[in-house]
Parts: sequence; C-alpha cells; structure tokens
Amino acid sequence: MTDVKSFFETPAPPKYSGILSWLITTDHKRIGILYLFSILGWFALAIIIGLLIRLELMFIGETIFSPEQYNALFTLHGVIMIFLFIIPAIPAIFGNFILPIQVGADDVFFPKINLLSWYLYMLGGLLAIISLFGDGPPDTGWTFYVPFSVSTNTNVSLTIAAAFILGFSSMLTAINFITTIHRLKASQMKWMRIPLFTWSLYATGWVQLLATPIIAITLLLVMFERWFNIGLFDPDRGGDPILYQHLFWMYSHPAVYIMILPGMGIISEIIPTFARKSIFGYKAIVFSSLMIAVAGSLVWAHHMYTSGMSDTAVFVFSLLTFIVAIPSAIKVFSWISTLYKGSIQMSPPLFYALCFIYLFSVGGLTGLVLGAAGPDIHVHDTAFVVAHFHFTMFGGTGFAFFAGLHYWWPKLFGRMYNFKTAYLSGVLITVGFMFHYVPMFIIGLQGMPRRYHDYLPQFEQGNYLAGYGAVIMVIGMFMMLINLLIGIKKGAVTDSNPWGGVTLEWQVPSPPPLHNFVSEPKIMDYPYDFSRFFKKNK
Amino acid sequence: MQSSSDHEGSKLGMWLFLYTEIMLFGGLFVLYAVYYHKFTDDFIAGGQQLDTFFGTLNTVILLISSFAVAAAITAIQNNSKKIAIILLGSSLLCGFLFLINKYIEWSHKFEVGIYPNSEKLLESDPGLNIFFGLYYVITGLHGVHIIIGMALLVWSLVRVKSNHITDQNYVLLENAGLYWHLVDLIWIFIFPLFYLIL
Repeated sequence: MTDVKSFFETPAPPKYSGILSWLITTDHKRIGILYLFSILGWFALAIIIGLLIRLELMFIGETIFSPEQYNALFTLHGVIMIFLFIIPAIPAIFGNFILPIQVGADDVFFPKINLLSWYLYMLGGLLAIISLFGDGPPDTGWTFYVPFSVSTNTNVSLTIAAAFILGFSSMLTAINFITTIHRLKASQMKWMRIPLFTWSLYATGWVQLLATPIIAITLLLVMFERWFNIGLFDPDRGGDPILYQHLFWMYSHPAVYIMILPGMGIISEIIPTFARKSIFGYKAIVFSSLMIAVAGSLVWAHHMYTSGMSDTAVFVFSLLTFIVAIPSAIKVFSWISTLYKGSIQMSPPLFYALCFIYLFSVGGLTGLVLGAAGPDIHVHDTAFVVAHFHFTMFGGTGFAFFAGLHYWWPKLFGRMYNFKTAYLSGVLITVGFMFHYVPMFIIGLQGMPRRYHDYLPQFEQGNYLAGYGAVIMVIGMFMMLINLLIGIKKGAVTDSNPWGGVTLEWQVPSPPPLHNFVSEPKIMDYPYDFSRFFKKNK
Repeated sequence: MQSSSDHEGSKLGMWLFLYTEIMLFGGLFVLYAVYYHKFTDDFIAGGQQLDTFFGTLNTVILLISSFAVAAAITAIQNNSKKIAIILLGSSLLCGFLFLINKYIEWSHKFEVGIYPNSEKLLESDPGLNIFFGLYYVITGLHGVHIIIGMALLVWSLVRVKSNHITDQNYVLLENAGLYWHLVDLIWIFIFPLFYLIL
C-alpha cells in the first residue's frame, strides 16, 4: 500500500500548497495535526507554570513569586489546562483525526466549520495571551467566582471572552461529531458496531451541547456585571452570589465528563488491542458512557456543600454524586476483565493505559470522599481536592491522552517512536506523579488550604516533597514529548497496522491518504473481533 | 454548510445548534425563575411599568416575519424566486421594525431613569433592580440574536438572488429560517414573562 500518497502530500483543497495548504485546509486529518501542535504548545506552557507554582510552595514564605503573581499563575495554569488543553485535547486532535475513519467516512460532516473551530480555538488562545498585559493577568482562579471576579481590576473580561470563544469552538466540534456519526457512518456501520472511542465522543458531544451554553451565558453575565454594574449577583442589590456558583457548576461539573469520557474511550480502544481479546462488556461500556453523560449533568452542586445551600439540596446532590460513580466503575471493571486471560502484549500505549486505570481509580475513590457531604465539609477547598482532581484529570485524562499519543502516533505520522524512552518517560511521569500528589492528599487532610501562597510550618514537609515529585514528572513529560517529536523525523517507518488493531483506522495506510480509504472499508459485525487476527498469524 | 449534499444532515447540525441557543437562554430563564420566586411583588410592580402595547406590537411583528420566512421557503420550493425575495425582504423589514420599537422602548426607560446602575434603581427596592437588570440582559441578548438572524436572512437573500438557492438546494434558506423561528420563539417566552403575566 506504499504507493498511495498520504494526506501530507495531497493538500485539500488542492489548489493551495505550503503553509496555505494547512491554514485553509478542510481535511479533518490536517486540522487534527494543527490542533495537535497548538494544543501541545499550550500544554507545555501550562506544565511549566504548574512547576513554578510547586517550586514557590516548596518553602515557607515568598520563594520566587509575590502573592499577586502567585494568584495570577495558578489562575493561568487552571485556565490554560482546562480551556486550552484538557477540554479540546482528545476530541480535537484524535476525534478529528480518528473518528471519521472509525465510522468509515471521508471527512467530518461540516469540514469548513471544523476549520472555523480551529481558528476560534486560536483566537481564544490569542485573547488569553493578550489578557496577560495591560491591567495584568486575572487572579480569580479558573472558577471566576463573584463577587471577586466582578470587583478585581485585572483583565478578567478578556480572559472570560477567551473562555467564551473556546467554548464556542468546542461546541461547534461537538455539533460536527454528532452530525458526522449520525449521517456519515458507513451504511454497514450499525450503532452497535461503532468503536468505543467514537461512542465516547458521541456521549461527550451531547454533554458539550447540554452544558457549554450555560457557561457561555454565565461568563457573559460576569462581563455585563463588569461593564454595566447590573447587580444580578450582588447581595446589596438583590442579587444572589450562590446562584452564580450554581450556574457555573451546571456547566463545569458536566465539563469534567467532557474531559474524562474521551479519555475512557481511548483506554477502551487500547486495552482490547493489546490484550488481543474482545472487550468485556461492549454494550455496558456504551451505556455507561451515555449514563455518565446524563447523570453527570445532575451532580453540579456537590462543589457547593459549604457555600450555604439547603441541607436537602446537599443530601440530594450527594446521593446523585454516588450514583454517577457507578458507570465509571463499570468501565474500570470491564477493562480489567478484558485483560483477564487475554494474550497481553506490553507496549508503551498499554503501559500508559494501565497507569491510567490505577491513577483514575484512586482519583475516583477519593472523589467519593468529597462527594459525601460529611467528610467534604472537612476537606473542602484543601490540597486534598487539588490532589483528587489532578488524579482524575491528569492521572485520568492526561494519561489517557499520553496513551492515545503513543497508540495513534504511528497512524498520524507513519513512523514509530523509541520504545525504551517511551517506557522510561512513562515511569518517570508516574513515579513523579505519585510523589507529587500523594503528599497533597495528606496535607490536605491535615488542613492545608488550596490556592494559598504561604502556609503553616506543619505543611512544609509535604509541600517540599511534592516539589521533587513535580520536577521528576515534568522531566518525564518533556522527555516523552521530545521522544515523540523525534519519532516523526527519525523513527522507523511502520505499516498500516503496527499494533494488530481491528478498528477501521488500522485498515488504512499510515499516514492515511486524503480520502482515508483506498478500498471500501470492510465493517465487521462486532468492532472488537480479533479472531481474524489470530487466523492470519497461525 | 453548502459543501455537503446531505440536506438532512445540515438540518440536523442546525437543530443541534438551536438546542445550544435554547440552553443559553435557559440559563437566563433560570435566573428569572429564582428571582421571581424571591421578589414576586417587585417583579409584578416592575412588569406594570413595561408597555404592553409595544410588547404586543413586537410579538405581532415577529410572528408576521416568521410567516414570511416560512412562505419564502415554500416559494423557493415552487420555483418562484421573485416572491421569495419579496417575502424575505418583508421579514427583514419586520426585523428592523422590531429593533426600532425596542429602541423606542429602551430610550423611554432610560429617560425616566431606569437603566442598569441608575440612581433611581439603586434607591428603589432590590427586587426592582433585579427585574430591570434581567429585562435589559434578556431583551438585549435577544436583540443581538435578532441582528444575527437578520444577517442570516440577508445572506440567504443574496444567495437566492444569485441563484445559489434553488428549488433543489434550499437548505441554507431553511436553516436561516429555523434560526429566525427560534429567535421568534424565544421572544414568545420573553413576552409573557415580562409584559403579560405580571
């Protein structure tokens, strides 16, 4: 199949070449690559900011930043990681590149809108950069809580505008994916034949449509408050600040499922491929994705147990929070059961996926500590919360993203990275991760508040240790990224199916040609049927 | 959107987008519901200061314009380009009339000192401040949507004129129409909440 020209060599639309062939492209694969490099750039920046925060916290008192600078830095770290990395990363990169191929389509349904989403993403990023200058970067934390976000003199309006535009971009991507799955999947591709990664993006798309407009209106209201002083959230003038928190979390809690669902989709692809075994509970995983989408939209107020809600509300939201843990657990058990008696072949993607299962489980279980109304009062707004959501967001989504990078990298570029370096960096990241966040669980339980520039002497040891973990982890991540980038140029050339995967993207050449499929894709009755693979190898 | 020949899919995409618009205004209606519960008496007092005549007039105007857009689609299906252009033009005219009315209404309120952060509102009951705050935010955002909808109608009009929208390929016009109906429908909710039931 080497005689087929890859999409790198065939610009679409065909009349452009060079840089224009990328900037005006409507090819979903090229847009995926555009996203890949812009998102990785932001990711690297936010990693460094995060490292600086940890270095500041290693010692009592002012180490490298003033309190104001520290407030700005943790806000930037949160805003960039959430709006510019975690939410768009997996859908925009792998969703764009892999989803149309997995359903047997040539492209997404609205290719031009797809490109528009990328430009909106870049515009949002640009605004975020501009907000650093002038009145100075925002210092509200990524939650933009009123009344501080309305009264502070920093560039909150610009940052909010950036978040608004980024929300619009992710919404358009969601519309694109849902329409693509409904209208462009190959005629043989019945709903129960769709690969799980695509299913997870389908569920994510619906959450994005359901939730993103709420954050859009909430952020607009904060801007209106800053410009016109209406008083909708100002208790002196009849407003209710808790209502802001409700509106904010009505989006931002479902948003954590926007972040984690695509990651779960990646893991559901990797585990069966390297266990050489059909995934356990395909339908259960599909329905748990949809259940997470529904139930995850109804638990937002568990972020607000201490903000003055009624006890009834606290009880209801605590109960719902426990219910949403069930579908996540279904997935974890299904992955483990898939590995059971499988013919496991170790590889970097599987290594990252296994780390994911462990770290995500810790994150999920500590989430129950926070979801229960009693213990939450004790650990609310402490380092425990920070450790918990980093275990889910970074140990979960982040590791799934790394696993996805290693899994699909040969498909994206047709070349393999160095395995040894990939394993080594994976070990460094995981070990650093544990050293970084486990101490935060402990000092959090002891009462170390989050978002504080300074702390009491009893928290020094934990913060000091976490700093070392952060350094190890960051070294590991840059090692991993550099290894991947070197792989593009110097890696060994791979064939269309280096892992022995069975979903459609492994039937097309690496990198795929412009129209994805050289011949009509052969769609199986069941997406994870490895029997064909075993027959071939006999 | 024109690049695909699957009109059903294009419309599906538009419906999904409309759904996000409903959620956007839904957030504001949540605010309305909560504050109405909290300040029922002030909301009633505030509602009586709004002019039901202008509200009704604008409702009628929007209903007529929605009809005109729907009729324009039928006209295109029957290949009568001229009638379609006239109908689209008249719905645009209705959009303008709506905005003019809104302008008169708002500037009247400004004259009597009712606008966000005005002294009169600061001195009056907090509930009244919230009521008019919501009034300006909701009708203002709706006004922005009217302008976006009119832009879509203008674009469709140009495409009809240049024969890009024909009886075979009118999905763009249909989608613009869907958007316009949604803007109309949101007004149908705003109108009773601010002008009628209070």
